[in-house]
Parts: sequence; structure tokens; C-alpha cells
Amino acid sequence: MREIIIISGKGGTGKTSLTGAFAHLAANKIICDLDVDAPDLHLLLQPVRERQEEFYSGHEARIDSEKCTACGLCASMCQFGAIRQNGAGFMVDPLRCEGCQVCVAFCPDEAIGFPEKHCGQWYVSATRFGPLVHAQLFPGAANSGRLVMVLKQQARELAKAHNAALVLCDGAPGIGCPVISSLSGAHLAVAVTEPTPSGRHDLERVAELCQYFQTAFAVIINKYDLNTEETARIEDFCRKGSWPVLAQLPHDPLITRAMIQGLVVTELPETTFSRELQQAWSRMEDLAGLGR
Amino acid sequence: MIIAVASGKGGTGKTTVTASLATVWEGPLLAVDLDVEEPNLHLFLHPTIEGSAPAQLTVPEVDEAKCTYCGACADLCQFKAISVMGQLLLTFPEMCHGCGGCLAVCPEKALSPGQRELGEISWGKTGSGGFLTGRLRLGEAMSPPLMRQVKDKLNQMLAVGGDAIIDAPPGVSCPAVNAVIDSDVILLVTEPTPFGFHDFKLAWEAFAPLGKPMGVVVNRAGLGHGAIYQFCGEQGLPILAEIPYDRVIAEAYARGRIIAEVSSGLQETFVSLLSKIRDLAKPGCPKQAAHA
Amino acid sequence: MHKIAITSEGPSLDDQIDPRFGRAAGFVVVELETMATQYIDNGQSQVMAQGAGIQAAELIARAGVSCLLTGYVGPKAFKALAAVGIKVGQNLEGLTVRQAVERFQSGHVEMAQAANREAGH
Repeated sequence: MREIIIISGKGGTGKTSLTGAFAHLAANKIICDLDVDAPDLHLLLQPVRERQEEFYSGHEARIDSEKCTACGLCASMCQFGAIRQNGAGFMVDPLRCEGCQVCVAFCPDEAIGFPEKHCGQWYVSATRFGPLVHAQLFPGAANSGRLVMVLKQQARELAKAHNAALVLCDGAPGIGCPVISSLSGAHLAVAVTEPTPSGRHDLERVAELCQYFQTAFAVIINKYDLNTEETARIEDFCRKGSWPVLAQLPHDPLITRAMIQGLVVTELPETTFSRELQQAWSRMEDLAGLGR
Repeated sequence: MIIAVASGKGGTGKTTVTASLATVWEGPLLAVDLDVEEPNLHLFLHPTIEGSAPAQLTVPEVDEAKCTYCGACADLCQFKAISVMGQLLLTFPEMCHGCGGCLAVCPEKALSPGQRELGEISWGKTGSGGFLTGRLRLGEAMSPPLMRQVKDKLNQMLAVGGDAIIDAPPGVSCPAVNAVIDSDVILLVTEPTPFGFHDFKLAWEAFAPLGKPMGVVVNRAGLGHGAIYQFCGEQGLPILAEIPYDRVIAEAYARGRIIAEVSSGLQETFVSLLSKIRDLAKPGCPKQAAHA
Repeated sequence: MHKIAITSEGPSLDDQIDPRFGRAAGFVVVELETMATQYIDNGQSQVMAQGAGIQAAELIARAGVSCLLTGYVGPKAFKALAAVGIKVGQNLEGLTVRQAVERFQSGHVEMAQAANREAGH
């Protein structure tokens, strides 16, 4: 069983739209949306929910106003500015609380509770391309990567149960915890970039991250025709790192047209764009060691 | 006035809007890049960097001679950054959130503050204003600790007066909330595509409870459908500017140009946007109602 | 008294090995001379945002075991186990607890020199 993850460094390069198309092209796979902060893949796949689970992670502090004597020790000890005065007592701001337990442990009146934090939900759904494992973190929740690991675990178990050869993941933007978690156990990371100063800058960071974690890495240049000189610079960068450029896709409003119809690009009549994408997919299968 | 430029979805144009506003701003302005995972603002504002410093997080260091292996530190730590294993005290500095709990609870004073490198903070000038950015070290999983230190520097630099504009990271989880939570006004940048609209709603759900005045910029207007306008109307969210979907603009952006400088029409859009932001920030102006 | 721990999906010798360490359902602790067993439930690890492997290492260290048999272990947990001299036998998923113990006793389990997994949570 192989795991391919589509990442981007910079947001808005087309990662999710392309992942949707790969989900269409791939045979026998489990699809996984690891962008638990702002998931979008479901907008293309119209999933029918079959299972829903609550996600609890870490704890948060809650001051019991009946027991609080307003000594203020908690506020003075909190390194995260999460405790403020509130009327006669003190209050924890759940959006700032780090769940460290310091205020709970030091409160002389034992006035602070420490319940588990309900951070989000995850789902297993059916789609026209196969099973989808996805999630939604609640706003302001810590995106520690834990939920990403839960989804990957579920996807792997489903792959075993369905005898699927591939877990195909839509990754998160950036280079932080969720992306690092997404890379764990991946056989191939494909970065979707664009020929803009931000696109190249962020690609360099995400390439270095994959190198650091020793994940096989390849690149797709989307909207290549917006700036062909920048595209050439990206190709140069990839050549130096010995990372294959799988495709150069033209800037095409087709992607948005498909999105509005709730379809993926490869479900519309064929164009240069979709042909290039299919070739990229074949190369990805080879790189990831997927037999055909 | 501190204004935060945010969005649910990555790639909608936060940095574009921030850079353009910075060039039309009247009065002293500090431009701040809080997207510490993928900082891009410098690519457009071309600041002259005058100083930089490594950002460190305080993590525990053990004096084994004093440690009695009582385990009080390990019992308190919610992040498993410190652990008592038999007659050994192990620390995992990369797991530490810097809460200071172990240092405070140790009865033997066996723990002292050590450092973990988070990344780097740099500051300088751009145009007639100031510039401040953070850059997360590759492999460092958490962005909020570095973001907090950049915000401390922001407050120091603003002590002499003037405004600040913050380029926030994308998403709605804790890094994004961290970036907007101490601002006076939030500007939400979105695009009218299904992904843009979906993530915009997530951002509104996340930030509305903060009770700050919020305004919207619709980028790539004309690209998708009209649902976003209806939604803003229903929620009483003022649309302060629209930037049209135009290949000329896309290509200028791809060349690293600031959008407000592409045409006099676009400059006027941003001058008008600035004026509307100032109006929004005025006390007595109807604020966004807190989300129930 | 020679005690070893095996990551397990359940409390008995005939349960399947849980391939994970940090987030394993639980640990069967076997006293090798008598084959007496004790079960340590690891349910609380599910809520931990991070550090489950380190916590699991603490749990089995407190139980006084000298060896761990499991599927895979991440680098931080491996470091914690190595620090207290608990040897690790990896890649044993697919076996029952009993089968793993027998394989260990017949000398067919190679003790790991390094973690066989990247860091998870």
C-alpha cells in the first residue's frame, strides 16, 4: 500500500483541485483530506457521511466563579495571556488557553477545572471516487497534527479492509505541525506551485522540509504561463535538487468552472490542461511504486 | 490602529492586499508579516532590514545533582516535554510549549531555564514606514510561540505611535486566531469561488466571536458566483473593496508587482479601501455582532 | 523475575499484538517464569495531543519490565526506553501476544538498535 500526499507550501496554488482530479484518475484508493483547518476537497466530491466521530485533544482550563477568590495568581502565572479579570473574579479565554495546566495546579482554592477539549469532528464518507476520510477542526483549535494522524490511521485501516493499493491525501498549506504530520509514512510528496515570487519562495521551504524528513519529492508547476521566466527559475531549482517536474499546467479558468459545478477538471471535456494532468498522474504512479 | 488582514483560504490575496494598502497608507505605518511559516510580505515591500535576532523559547534544563525524581514536573507537563523514567529525568525540548510549569513546581529547584530556537525575527524599513517579520525555523512545528514574540516586538515598535498592518497566516486554527486576536480591525480577503466562499464562512465563524469590526475585500471578483455577496448582506458584513479577476493583474502579481501600482484605477481602489477601514475602526461605528 | 511488555489489542495472551506503541490499546505484562499476566490499559493516550509514546514508556517502565515487544516505535519513545535500558523488539505485528512471547523466548526476536518509525503524535 502506497501513500501519496499533495502539498503546496503556499496556499491557493491549486493543490485541492488537482487532488480531486487525481482521485478521479486513480484506481482502487482511499482519499484523505488532511487540511483539517480549512478542508475543501469535499466540495468537489460531495461525500455522503457514513460515520462521524468527535475529536478530543488536550484540555482547557475553566475557572469556577463560585470558588474563585480573585487572588489573581493564575493570571500572573499564565504565559499565554489567557486569563483576564472578569467582574469580581477571573476568566480563561478559551481562544488563548494553551491547556498547560499551570493555573489549575497552582490555584490556592482549587477553583479551576480542566476538562478535555472538544476540538473537532472527523468523518468517513462515500464519494463517487471511493471512500473519503476527512475532518473539521473547530475555529481557533490547536492544529497540532494529532487529528491529521488520526485521519491517516483511519485511511490506512480502510485501505487494508478494502484491499486498496493507495492512500491519496490532500495536504495542508505551510510547513508547520500539520504538514510535518502529513509527511509521516508518505511514499511521495508532490508540491503544487505557481510561478510567482511567493510560490517559488514557499516551494523552496517545503522542498527543504521534505528533504529534512527524507520524503521523496516531486513538483507540479500550475499556471506556468503567468510568468515563464519564473517558471524557468523553478525548473532550475528542481533540477539542482534532482526533483522531477511532473507537469507544467496552463492557467485555466476551467478549474473554477469545474469547481462551481461540483466536478473535478478531468470530468469536463478534455483540454490541454487535463491531458497534462493525466500524464503527471502516470508519472506519480511510477514514482510512488504503484503497479499498473 | 492595528489592522489584521486574514482569510480562511490560502492564496486569496492577503499579502497582495497588505502590500498594496501599505503603499497608499497615510501616516506612519508598521507592516508586519505574521505568517511565520511562509512569510511573503518582504517579496513585495522589499524592506531594508536593520536588525534581526534569533527567537528562543524557554525550556527546562535539569541539574541532575539536585533532582530527586519526585516526578512533580512530569505529572504537571501536558506535553510530555519532561519525563521521569526510573532514576533518570529526560527532557524533550521540541515538545515544550514554554508554559513554565515545571520550573515553577520543582520543589528542589533542580530545573533552570534553557532555550529552544524557534526561528528569527527581523525588522527594518520599507518606503516611509517600518517593517517587521518572523520566520519559523524549518523543522520547528509550532508557530504561535514565535508569533507571540513578533507581537511583543510589534508593541515595542508601536510605542512611538502610528498604525500597524498585519499579514496573517491562512486558515482558522490557532495560528490565524493568534494573528488577529490583538488587532483593532479585521479585514477578511476572499475570492468568490466555492472554495473561497466555504473557507470564508469558516473564517467568519472563527473571528466573529472576537467582537472586532470586520470588513471584506473580494479579490478575483467575477470569477465565481454571487453567494458570497448574499452571505455578507445577511450577516451585515461590509464589502469594502473588490479587485476584479483580470489576467493582467495575475501576471503583474506573478512578476512581484504591487497591485495598487498596476493602474490608477487600482490605486484608487486601495485609497478608498483605506478610508473605509478608518471609518470601520471609529468608535460608534456598528461593530460586527458577536456570533451566538 | 523477568518481566516483558507486549503492546496488545486486549488483556489476554491470545489477543492480537497492537502494532502501535504510544497509542496502543494496552500492554500485557508477562512474568516469564510463571507466564502470569497483568494488563495495563492505555486508553488515556487517545486524548493526548502529543507525547503518547513517552507516556507509554513511563507506564511500562513503572511496571518494571526489561523488554518491550511491539510493531513499531517512534524516535522519542525509543529514546525514553533506551534511557532506562528497556530493550525493544519491533516488527511483530500480525502475531498474538502468546506467539510473540514464544518467539522471544526461543531467541528469534532481534533487539532493535533504533526506532523503526518517524515521529507521530
